[in-house]
Amino acid sequence: MRRLLVLLAIFAGVFAGSPARADTMIADLSSHLIAINSSFDGDDVLMFGAVEGRGDVIVVVRGPEENLTIRRKERVGGIWVNNAYQTFNDVPVFYAISATRPIEELLPDALDRKRHAIGFDQIAFKTGAENRNVASDDVGTYIEALVRNKQRIGLYRYAVGDISIASGRLFRAPLHFPANVPEGIYRVEVYHVRNGDILSAEITPLSISKVGLEFEVYDFATRNGLAYGILAVIIACFAGWLGNIAFRKS
Amino acid sequence: MQIYLPIAELSVNVFILLGLGGGVGVLSGLFGVGGGFLMTPLLIFIGIPPAVAVATEANQIVASSVSGVLAHWKRGNVDVKMGSLLLIGGIVGSTVGVWLFKLLRELGQVDLFVSLAYVVFLGAIGGLMFVESTRSILRSRRPGARRRKLHQHTWMHGLPFKMRFRKSKLYISAILPLTVGLFVGVLSAMMGVGGGFVMVPAMIYLLGMPTAVVVGTSLFQIIFVTANATILQASINQTVDVVLALLLLVGGVIGAQVGAIFGSRLPGEKLRVLLALMVLGVCAWLLVGLIATPDDLFSLGGGGH
Repeated sequence: MRRLLVLLAIFAGVFAGSPARADTMIADLSSHLIAINSSFDGDDVLMFGAVEGRGDVIVVVRGPEENLTIRRKERVGGIWVNNAYQTFNDVPVFYAISATRPIEELLPDALDRKRHAIGFDQIAFKTGAENRNVASDDVGTYIEALVRNKQRIGLYRYAVGDISIASGRLFRAPLHFPANVPEGIYRVEVYHVRNGDILSAEITPLSISKVGLEFEVYDFATRNGLAYGILAVIIACFAGWLGNIAFRKS
Repeated sequence: MQIYLPIAELSVNVFILLGLGGGVGVLSGLFGVGGGFLMTPLLIFIGIPPAVAVATEANQIVASSVSGVLAHWKRGNVDVKMGSLLLIGGIVGSTVGVWLFKLLRELGQVDLFVSLAYVVFLGAIGGLMFVESTRSILRSRRPGARRRKLHQHTWMHGLPFKMRFRKSKLYISAILPLTVGLFVGVLSAMMGVGGGFVMVPAMIYLLGMPTAVVVGTSLFQIIFVTANATILQASINQTVDVVLALLLLVGGVIGAQVGAIFGSRLPGEKLRVLLALMVLGVCAWLLVGLIATPDDLFSLGGGGH
């Protein structure tokens, strides 16, 4: 039920914010669900569709939002210690852009990029209430550090030239999700761009969730931690005893 | 071959986990240490979140200790009476330790404290053991050297509530093992380890127990302390990853058996030099981590601060 509401909210937000122009594009995802099972090691989804007339394509994938803290280390008596920190609210856990050409070329007006939050520098990062030793003009450094750290673990991505357009109409945009991708409802946005203008936009939801054994274990651990812990100890004792038996015979 | 860990929420190579479990398991059986002081930093190194590494490690130590203690039990190398007293102290100590851990977390410096505690304790214990055991090896090589007394008498032997420990060939105050257990319990809860690397030297040098009995008795006590830690971590923090623990313990259980067999063949002093060198190695590695300039001064943290 909650998922359904989230989906509805996404659609409502999309239609309210989408440019009121004639549709010049149709697009869809090769799959609307990424299942995290025991052999999950990242996954690829294909965003494909057709555009009317010339133009370029930008695909933006946004994950669910989280609150996080950026800490800065300082040298105290020869040792690196976490000292200053800044919290941020509602930060997308995942954010990936693919485009046929650099986004600054496709949308030269930064205001256009800001309106749709396209580009690492155009995400509206909200600082949280808590911080320590962070001057107000220092917050920019922390935002840069946030993006840099997210890029390093592969959760923020920017790829130019991954999208191919066949015979000027059909486009294919392969989207990669690494193994550490968090669960949740993602939104995949496709923009058709020509002469620095967004002609049309489409938003498709994508669900990433644990299934099968991975889901059962996670669900049990979060629902009934005490029973889970006791079971974990019993399994460990049994495994230890089994190992001893196996070696006694040999 | 990759496998996705449901609680750690990442994908890891199965063979890396089996290898880590096996390697640390051999050390566990050899020295009677749980191996957590080695495994926890290694797990964090391969990318497991520290909270999951600490909690899951406790679970794995239960298995390798059960396996190890059974091997030692067969040889009659477990002093249950001594172990029980250590255990009582250990349970009280780990409860105090969990409470102190929470307090430090509220102050926001728990990572630093854990690293510093590792460096200080590993450095002190490793150094002490290394000096002591190389000295006794050198002494035994000199022919005609004066034989050491079984143990020296100090103020500790004047304490009340004396008990006889037949297996350990000791007649000492019950207060001593209780205090050692308490102290190690505090440390193990705060550092996320079984505590064997502190317990083993404490039993040898403070209590004066014979090395052969020390290993089995230490493992016996560690089973209960880590079982307690696993259940606490699972119910409070939900950070125990059974899939990760199972993979580690497959290697760990086998490794512990191999280690116990080797351990019974190696002389005590040489075993202690090896353990001392390993403890010092981990200490140096952690110290470099604290001093070396990090690649990025900024780091990402979870929701809190």
